[in-house]
Amino acid sequence: MGKRILMKGNEVIAEAALRAGCRHFFGYPITPQTEISHYMAKKMEEIGGVFLQAESEVAAINMVYGAASAGVRVMTSSSSPGISLKQEGISYSACAELPMVIVDIVRCGPGLGGILPAQCDYFQVVKGGGHGDYNLIVLAPASVQELYELTVEAFNLADRYRNPVVILGDGYLGQMMEAVEFRDEEPIEKANKDWATTGHGGKRTHNVTTSIYIDPNVLEAHNRKLQEKYRVIKEKETRAEVFNCDGADVVVVAYGTVARVVKNVIKDAEKKGIKVGLIRPITLWPFPTEVFDKYATVPKGFLTVEMSAGQMVEDVRLALNGRNRVEFHGRMGGNVPTQKDILEIVCQMADGQ
Amino acid sequence: MAIVFKKPNALTDKPFHYCPGCTHGIIHRLVAEVIDELEIEGNTVGVSPVGCTYNNYEYFSCDMVQAAHGRAPAVATGLKRALPDKVVFTYQGDGDLAAIGTAEIVHAATRGEKITTIFVNNAIYGMTSGQMAPTTLVGQVTTTSPFGRKPQLHGYPVKVSEMLATLEGAAYIERVSVDSIKNIIKAKKAIKKAFQVQLAGLGFSMVEVLSTCPTNWGMSPVKSLDWLRENMAEHYPLGVYKGKDLEV
Ligand SMILES: Cc1ncc(C[n+]2csc(CCOP(=O)(O)OP(=O)(O)O)c2C)c(N)n1
Ligand code: SF4
Ligand SMILES: [Mg+2]
Repeated sequence: MGKRILMKGNEVIAEAALRAGCRHFFGYPITPQTEISHYMAKKMEEIGGVFLQAESEVAAINMVYGAASAGVRVMTSSSSPGISLKQEGISYSACAELPMVIVDIVRCGPGLGGILPAQCDYFQVVKGGGHGDYNLIVLAPASVQELYELTVEAFNLADRYRNPVVILGDGYLGQMMEAVEFRDEEPIEKANKDWATTGHGGKRTHNVTTSIYIDPNVLEAHNRKLQEKYRVIKEKETRAEVFNCDGADVVVVAYGTVARVVKNVIKDAEKKGIKVGLIRPITLWPFPTEVFDKYATVPKGFLTVEMSAGQMVEDVRLALNGRNRVEFHGRMGGNVPTQKDILEIVCQMADGQ
Repeated sequence: MAIVFKKPNALTDKPFHYCPGCTHGIIHRLVAEVIDELEIEGNTVGVSPVGCTYNNYEYFSCDMVQAAHGRAPAVATGLKRALPDKVVFTYQGDGDLAAIGTAEIVHAATRGEKITTIFVNNAIYGMTSGQMAPTTLVGQVTTTSPFGRKPQLHGYPVKVSEMLATLEGAAYIERVSVDSIKNIIKAKKAIKKAFQVQLAGLGFSMVEVLSTCPTNWGMSPVKSLDWLRENMAEHYPLGVYKGKDLEV
């Protein structure tokens, strides 16, 4: 491993992408992710890559669609209102099976909302957002080190499965300065991209990238193929951190920045003689449903904590399927659930309330 | 026996699905002939629009990418930036380019993207059954301007070539028509020049082609050609709007 350096989360995402071999970036400015563009604008010019500030997020995602069709590693980044605009292109890309990495550094909504951190894009990123039956691989880092590692991984996953991958972080992660340790060499997987539209050079019949299948049976067959791919991804790529759950009284479910707050709550609760566990989904899609089976009967139940009105909690309820109580605590508008408030709820639950 | 006329290599064997008398087919052929003449089929990636020609990726034998409605210039930008040595073109209708995709075409031209756009203006939304397009002529009856296009209600038809010609990034812009043999020959020359401008790396190039839609205009193919000549060509004058003296 190389040496540890202090870096801002957003810049680490950009650096990780470059290290993963991404030489094409298309974006449109929006807080709180703009440092990604700033970093890319500078570095891409230095190394002869492509940084392009598009006229809109709609255009940016379609530029990504074009570059991905050509088989290059490509990324775009944005924040919530911009991701709403990208949804058209994301649905098309999922259907056309184009590998790409999309970063969403979430801010509070709805509407123009505010620029403070939130987790209220879970629905639009994890559950679709765009039209049709498709899934994105959604990675939820909780530290700057993880932003780095998961961004590199995102490019491998995108290529391996020919699927868009989203890095879903909140504004804190993007803006936070933290130590990061870069590897000397990145584990870059080489993918076969003989489907790419690069010009056939007279050596093969023409390649086509498309997301339209007018014949109902052909479209259904394509959908079945996509669903089968999603099944394999669920089987192979589901990830979660399970912390302190064995013998826990209460299990808290949280991802990203909130999971870090919960880790402090666990220490506070320990002092009060309450054992609190944490399930931190790292892949939001595929959701780590099976992890819940092992702890489904935890005596005092589950608490989901989010910076939203309650979005991931729906997946927690589905995973438990009525086997245990699931409480929810959420803050909105850019507020973070406090250690104190979470501890209080945990104590009440441990108390049987 | 000597072959005097054949299908260009840049077209596949798939029969066109266009309505009888629709001039989309002629325009496809011209693009394919130019690709053959410039010997660039293996180096070319085309972008299909949303419109009657959504699936022309089945007709062109070069690599093809199908784009969302209006987004072809953005998709082409991504392709060209990833493949700077390849030829990238978009083929777009007037609903696709001049309505939903206005931002994408204006900014591709503004940036001087080294791509070529074939812009087929038939003054109507063909595929969705004849609604008013931004290019629909004043007085023209469509399914969404059933009493004719009225400027007070619907505004005026947009002149895309004139508009884009004001942009520095646009190197070559010409408006042509395919209503007669003479004009078809001119149209082919323009398309060829547009591709040559891209090959020379001079900037954005576009050929606007006035085209017919007999089905939604509610006319016979022959009457459609007359209508194009008598009405469209008047509002949309043919000619070179940018890059007249460009040497390629
Ligand atoms: C986002 C979106 N909006 C609307 C449509 C429906 N639609 C399909 S083709 C079309 C109009 C195409 O007209 P034009 O570009 O003029 O092409 P033409 O068929 O006349 O060649 C529309 C509105 C769509 N496919 N996608
Ligand atoms: S609807 Fe009009 S534009 Fe479309 S194929 Fe038929 S004639 Fe051509
Ligand atoms: Mg049209």
